[in-house]
Amino acid sequence: MNQNQKRIPMPARYAINAALVVLAFVALNLITGALSSYYTKILMLVGINIILAVSLNVATGYLGQLPLGHAGFMAVGGYAAGIFLKAMPMPNLDKLPEGANAAAAHLQYNFYVVLALLLAGLVAAIFGIIIGVPALRLKGDYLAIITLGFGEIIRVVLLNIDSVLGFDFTFGASGLKRIPKAATVSNVFICVVITCLVIHMVMKSRHGRAILSIRENEIAAESCGIHTTYYKVMAFTLSAFFAGVAGALYATYVGILQPNTFGFMKSIEILVMVVLGGMGSMLGSILSATVLTALPQVLLAFDKWRMVLYSIVLILVMIFKPSGLMGTYDFSMSRLLEKFMNRFGGKKKGEAVKQ
Amino acid sequence: MLKVSDINVYYGNIHAIKDISFEVAKGEIVSLIGANGAGKSTILKTVSGLLRTKTGSITFLDGDIRTAAPNHIVKLGLAHVPEGRRIFLQMTVQENLEMGAYTQKPTALSADLENVYERFPRLRERRRQVAGTLSGGEQQMLAMGRALMSHPTLLMLDEPSMGLAPILVEQIFDIIQELHRAGTTILLVEQNAQMALSIADRAYVLETGRIVMSGTAKEMREDERVQKAYLGM
Repeated sequence: MNQNQKRIPMPARYAINAALVVLAFVALNLITGALSSYYTKILMLVGINIILAVSLNVATGYLGQLPLGHAGFMAVGGYAAGIFLKAMPMPNLDKLPEGANAAAAHLQYNFYVVLALLLAGLVAAIFGIIIGVPALRLKGDYLAIITLGFGEIIRVVLLNIDSVLGFDFTFGASGLKRIPKAATVSNVFICVVITCLVIHMVMKSRHGRAILSIRENEIAAESCGIHTTYYKVMAFTLSAFFAGVAGALYATYVGILQPNTFGFMKSIEILVMVVLGGMGSMLGSILSATVLTALPQVLLAFDKWRMVLYSIVLILVMIFKPSGLMGTYDFSMSRLLEKFMNRFGGKKKGEAVKQ
Repeated sequence: MLKVSDINVYYGNIHAIKDISFEVAKGEIVSLIGANGAGKSTILKTVSGLLRTKTGSITFLDGDIRTAAPNHIVKLGLAHVPEGRRIFLQMTVQENLEMGAYTQKPTALSADLENVYERFPRLRERRRQVAGTLSGGEQQMLAMGRALMSHPTLLMLDEPSMGLAPILVEQIFDIIQELHRAGTTILLVEQNAQMALSIADRAYVLETGRIVMSGTAKEMREDERVQKAYLGM
């Protein structure tokens, strides 16, 4: 039955997807050129939230656990990037000194930004391992509680560490100010693409299968010879890494970090995106992160009804589609094209095979 | 091949397995029979590393596996088909089998798949179907097929007849015998003592965590107490 259907060969699939990404990138740049800075800001926030939702989806959707400390990892990444960028000799791109090489300055600037993003991811990932090893011995509600506690610890530590250290490090409640605002729509977009690509590739590999099998049935996974603890920590760390990257993007987007931004409600907000989109669906996470970020902004005019509408959307989805908007369905461009090919182009050949 | 001596397993304060010792030699079918709660499944879980014994030793192919991790034990060639089948319900049949080959080299995958499909033609028909939509018997076949993907030298089956119609039970037991003829040693846990004793070489009878009787399957079938308690004669 499935054998006579045409399939697109792997290199062509990559080419199609790469072309689409480039197309989206160009389109996005054209659009942002025409948009006011208010809308470009929303667009960047959408991108950051997509990274957060997609990364949380690894732990919630694919691994099947319920961590509630995602904002904590985001905070760790944000502060790591912020402190790093402030310590580096960042060239001021708006006011270059006389005779300075503009290209070299840009290169230097972007190099530090990339380094900051990687550093943020790594620091968050290290925290992911530290938290993950003990926390992942627990399941369900208990894991939620311990990760929630972790998120709060991070927030409180960021608030108070300066008085313990005796010098200014995170600047407590007044916030880490004047972080270079390096985030632009293009580099947020690139980060979104890289995040989705890496997570997608991991999930399609044997490691991804192992992670999925733990969600499906932990005992069976173990009896297949899968090292369940290892893979749980791995998925958790992957999730933390990208949360850290998102935190770094956020830091360079707002330019100021305050610990209270990364409270419990932020974690819940990200979780809501994942649950609404469908746990285990990357497309779902992307869609619902987009909608839930844009919705409150678009509805600013109806200020009073904003949160009412937000909650009604959530309630309706949970009543009529408890598995989330997309369930575990994931979109594949190649699969769509194959469907078209088989419906219109492949018919004759298919019949020929049958005879 | 497998030698278990003096193991004691606890669930919290409950002493589930009391000083149990038994052996499985190469090429045998050994059966553990007993009622609910006798500790049969607990023994298998302990051997495959999912539970830990506080005392004694477990050796497999002359290596101590008492403290080995479950994933390591699978690599040694000891496969466990857990009770209640435990397949990956949302994956397809083929994906389930591929998970079974997790510890194997990728190059052997297609040959191994072919091998399992050869043995279970029904699985080949349904290889793209989501495993949760299979019938109970097919799920049991899938669970066994998945275990075979790891090239076990000893296959531990936990209640393969559970919840199956009599005709399917017979089919499953035929397959077990075929696997045995093909050179796999089998440790079989069963409540269906009649079926188990009909194919086993030797058997142990368990009662509330202790082995109360052991011998060849033939002796067991002829033993009055076994007949009365387990064979309904």
